[in-house]
Amino acid sequence: MNKEEIEKIIFSSLKQIAPDTEPSELSPDENIRETLGIDSFDFLQFIVSLDEKLNIEIPEQDYGKITTLRLLTDYLIGK
Amino acid sequence: MIEFLMPNLGADMEDGTLVEWRKKKGDTVKRGDIIADVETQKGLIEIEVFEDGVIDQLLIEEGTKIPVGTPMALISTTTEKQVTPETEKPERKATKEKQETITEPEKVKASPLAKRIASEHKIDLSQIQGTGENGAITKEDVEKAIAQKQKGVVNKEASGTTTEDKTKSASNSIRAAVAAAMSKSNREIPHYYLGKTIDMTKALAWMNDANKERPVKQRLLPAALLIKAVALSLREVPELNAIWDNGLQIKSDVNIGFVVSLRGGGIIVPAIHTVNLKTVDQIMERLNDIIPRAKALKLRSSELSNSTITITSIGEGGADSVYGIIYPPQVAIIGFGNISEQPFAENGMLGVHPLVHVTLSADHRATDGLTGSLFLTALNTHLQTPEAL
Repeated sequence: MNKEEIEKIIFSSLKQIAPDTEPSELSPDENIRETLGIDSFDFLQFIVSLDEKLNIEIPEQDYGKITTLRLLTDYLIGK
Repeated sequence: MIEFLMPNLGADMEDGTLVEWRKKKGDTVKRGDIIADVETQKGLIEIEVFEDGVIDQLLIEEGTKIPVGTPMALISTTTEKQVTPETEKPERKATKEKQETITEPEKVKASPLAKRIASEHKIDLSQIQGTGENGAITKEDVEKAIAQKQKGVVNKEASGTTTEDKTKSASNSIRAAVAAAMSKSNREIPHYYLGKTIDMTKALAWMNDANKERPVKQRLLPAALLIKAVALSLREVPELNAIWDNGLQIKSDVNIGFVVSLRGGGIIVPAIHTVNLKTVDQIMERLNDIIPRAKALKLRSSELSNSTITITSIGEGGADSVYGIIYPPQVAIIGFGNISEQPFAENGMLGVHPLVHVTLSADHRATDGLTGSLFLTALNTHLQTPEAL
């Protein structure tokens, strides 16, 4: 899966939990949760959604490595 | 025979609009069945019945706004009741006609004159509440609707309303509901406040270990542990698990209202029932189910009823402390701030620990500071033995 496809999945998952936001307008180095106002519960839903769509389970200890769009995309490509 | 009333879904609810009956006359209902959809300030709520029985009569027409406590239906609770075919037939027909009246605009019950005037002024008869015989729309009803249209009064049920408008209107009505409930609370309840800093090292370590072995979908969040610890502590300090209604009424079930912030502003407080009987996993399952529906304003009546205490949790990265306002008629609200790493002294040693500042706002008519302090101490004790939660 290439970068664009992964980003598309990230955006659709974010849109699901924060329907009033425009995830595709996130700049690469913005903090996703802070910018979109995602609480810990929503974030868990997001991780579940990524697991369902990409079959990648992100362990809790890696949450700190996926704070921005750039970091998250690179992380998922590397998996 | 029992009267099924418009339920009260919290101190901030005054009325509701019956949007749709899900059951009809003659239907058998079981406790927990959805009988109707009701539009409230908290969104479209599925209303459940609390007794087994047979619907004897539906008293309210769809589209009607009625105050809390108004009889909506009569439910026969005697299963032996036999309806003779002679009486059953015409009644069923009448029910069918009634339904058609509501769902099919071309079959709206209205006088010929009313229909003609409505057609001339492009008035949608299905949006008018008739005041004539059997709810038929009269000439006066149509004239009133024309006057309203000319005044620019928009019927909120009108088909032209966009989703965005609806969301905005829901958000506004929730704002108004929160304002009313909190003003009443602040006016009537003499609050006292206590706070305690609790070390979360053991609880978080236990949770992180547990999560390592779980699939993503079954992962726990600290909220589930905090909710369970509150329920256990209330067992030791039951005076806080109560309502104030001409005196203190202690409740045996621990039904925790959990504050959910809505993205458009405002809050909604779904209840997690009998937390005292649930495991941490069951609480987490319940949160997974109820929070997304609460945010989408799609809750059932029972999920907004009978809370005996409220928890508000700021969550990761937010403020360190929150001092809540009690949700009447409850007598306490517990606030959890953000869990953050801070210096912490223990056994003469200073270290860096994840800490949470917990507050209790309680009703001084019902309890005193000593009771509140016992509760916070018990909460601390339970959170130090997470494996026993």
